[in-house]
Amino acid sequence: MKISKLMMILGAISILGLFVFPLWRITLEAPQYPIPLAMDIYINDFADVHPHDIKNINLMNHYVGMQYIPESIPEFTIFPIVIAVMSVLGIAVGFIGKHKLFLAWFILMLLLAIAGMYDFYLWEHDYGHNLDPNAIMKFTNKDGSVMGFQPPLFGSKDILNFKAHSYPQLGAIFLAIGMALSFISFFVGKKQQK
Amino acid sequence: MKKINGLIGVLIASLVMLTSCNNSETTPKKSGGALKSSAAEKVYVAPGEHDEFYAFVSGGFSGQLSVYGLPSGRLFKVIPVFSQDPEKAWGYNEETKPMLNTSHGFVPWDDAHHPDISQTNGEVDGRFVYINANNTPRIAKIDLSTFETTEILEVPNSAGNHSSSFVTENSEYVVAGTRFSVPFPQRDMSIKDYKGNFKGALSFIKLDQEDGGMDLSFQIMMPGFNYDLAHPGRGNSHGWFFFTTYNTEEANSLLEVNASQNDKDFIAAVNWKKAEEYIKAGKFKTVPANYAHNVYDEHTHTATSTMKKEVRILDPAECPGLVYFLPTPKSPHGVDVDPSGEYIIGNGKLSANLTVHSFTNMMKAIESGNFAGEAYGIPILKFEDVLGGVVEQPGLGPLHTEFDGKGNAYTTFFISSEVVKWKLGTWEVIDRKPTYYSVGHIMIPGGNSRKPFGKYAIAMNKITKDRYLPTGPEVTQSAQLYDITGEKMELLLDFPTIGEPHYAAGIPADLVKPRSKKYFPLEENKHKYATKSESEAKVVRDGNEVHIYMTMIRSHFAPDNIEGVKVGDKVYFHVTNLEQDYDVPHGISMIGANTSELLIMPGQTETFLWEPKQVGVWPFYCTDFCSALHQEMSGYVRVSPKDSNIDLSWSLGE
Repeated sequence: MKISKLMMILGAISILGLFVFPLWRITLEAPQYPIPLAMDIYINDFADVHPHDIKNINLMNHYVGMQYIPESIPEFTIFPIVIAVMSVLGIAVGFIGKHKLFLAWFILMLLLAIAGMYDFYLWEHDYGHNLDPNAIMKFTNKDGSVMGFQPPLFGSKDILNFKAHSYPQLGAIFLAIGMALSFISFFVGKKQQK
Repeated sequence: MKKINGLIGVLIASLVMLTSCNNSETTPKKSGGALKSSAAEKVYVAPGEHDEFYAFVSGGFSGQLSVYGLPSGRLFKVIPVFSQDPEKAWGYNEETKPMLNTSHGFVPWDDAHHPDISQTNGEVDGRFVYINANNTPRIAKIDLSTFETTEILEVPNSAGNHSSSFVTENSEYVVAGTRFSVPFPQRDMSIKDYKGNFKGALSFIKLDQEDGGMDLSFQIMMPGFNYDLAHPGRGNSHGWFFFTTYNTEEANSLLEVNASQNDKDFIAAVNWKKAEEYIKAGKFKTVPANYAHNVYDEHTHTATSTMKKEVRILDPAECPGLVYFLPTPKSPHGVDVDPSGEYIIGNGKLSANLTVHSFTNMMKAIESGNFAGEAYGIPILKFEDVLGGVVEQPGLGPLHTEFDGKGNAYTTFFISSEVVKWKLGTWEVIDRKPTYYSVGHIMIPGGNSRKPFGKYAIAMNKITKDRYLPTGPEVTQSAQLYDITGEKMELLLDFPTIGEPHYAAGIPADLVKPRSKKYFPLEENKHKYATKSESEAKVVRDGNEVHIYMTMIRSHFAPDNIEGVKVGDKVYFHVTNLEQDYDVPHGISMIGANTSELLIMPGQTETFLWEPKQVGVWPFYCTDFCSALHQEMSGYVRVSPKDSNIDLSWSLGE
């Protein structure tokens, strides 16, 4: 089998790592939480990093009127289907072996990933800004607008007494490796054709 | 020459003691050179750092067990054991009231003496602490995963439960003896007929290897002496248990004189492996008894009390080879067995010398069958046959000895108020340091096991007089921390204690820390009245009983408005803490309740009883500063007249 085909197939299989490992992690640090509160985001679940972390994040966030982190969101149904379909598609494309299809798969996966990130941003924004008007504590920015508590999409940010961190996890790395493999397989396939 | 040195040592020591008041402020402390760290550095545990050792220090007449860190001497917790504690609702809430039940009814206090840590292969394992109640004889078990008392067993046929509660080297038994002999069976009789009619029971309480649970397996009914202290054999002497006796005179009045006449009293050596054989062979008598067995269940968060009605008795006169007496001068108090199990130290409190028996010699003497006589059918071995060595004139009033695992022993002297370090085998005194003042027990972590951790010793003092800021006539008792790593002991720290720091047990923190629980999982809560979510909160009337199924979470109760309660009702607040995070307890108290607050850990349910006597609207509130909205965490109960027909109703946030 040609190396490019193998790479494409491996890449398509690699993204299945998202079913096993978390995509993203949000961590909240504060002095009175020597073990920080943290939540792992899977393509189909929000999960405690330490037992009851989500319950305790909810408990804390209700002071500023944030909604509870939902048990489930529609994305948890959609994402697994998208990833499964893309993996099957990628394996098929790999067997077909046309390098232009490799690129097409990569671009499609990239667009879906961007869409996914955007969707995540929208949820985060809503989570951080759609506050209960009867919140126990209300904070305003310097310009007088209501302070939001949106965690960063990527990176670290101070939110009141907490420092919030938001970083990709192993699942995201599997996705990145899969995409990188498909992208490289395109060039390798192209070269091999010549 | 040695003797002369010793004498000079004593002279110098007494001179130092005489003059220390005057020059202690001005004379620089002797130090081991410029590189030697100061005492302050040695005991300093920086903020946020952890101590190296746990010390479980009994509270004596407070009835409780305190938990200190060593070397800092910081107090972390007072674990309620035998005394009611309103801070933690111990003995006040419905769940723990049964823990203090006895054959004499509810006994809300006791005198807690000798904590001992469970052992595996002769080493402290950090699973459980056992401690005795001296007054109304009981043994308690403290579980070191929760640092809570989870079992209390009353000891029948016993009084002044002092030679207790010591654990054998694989936690086969926790053993209890009686300091005061009593009529057996208990009956109405003349005190003057003490001799021969009063008996001293030695109780062997079998331990469950899994949960440390206690079951009184058998009692050895001994002559009517006073069984003062005890320790298990270990290593070669495993299978034996040693008890000191005094009042072998069997006096029943003015004991201070009448019980101090005999030149020698005894150490009773009990072969408990032999006892097991006799039990197996059916050589016991089952006699009626009445004693309470109280068990606290971590999942129901509730205690139950069961009255036990029988006990198996072994009569040593009918069981050859079960008990031997080792003559020991003079009213021995402590009996301590060195880490190898060879030496049995009899701390003859009225003797000038310290007597050390040898286990090997004892076994030889038993084999030879050449006895000095017998008492109540129990063979008395010859003093010179069993003697292993004598520490000559080490001090006045020896009480207790512990070991550092490096061949040294540390004995406390009550009258001369000092700790004396001496060498096992050569019996020479190496060092002596004063205590401030009148030391009782000494404790080295693991110091009564095969594997002592010989870094620190704490001396526990009965008297402090001028040592701290005065607090009126009643001043604190104290513990003093010595560094024992060098040839000479060094006093590092002097810290106050709760009640009487009677005895202590120490253990490296790393053997306990990883097992310490952070909260109780809510899904494991099997309390009869647990309320696991706010939607399940309710109020139920059953005749004049009202049961409130209440929850608490930052920062409210559910329900927090209750109506329909009437004067004369018995209102039970069953309150569940729904939190599932470390260190988020909540409390609750009700105005006018004749009980204490509840202090409820995450995932736990507790109950208090309130009997409203006055019509009105009465508030309750959270007593533990739990959160930013702690002050808001409160509610009201409306109390209507007895004949009112207002229905029960409850709500939250309406």
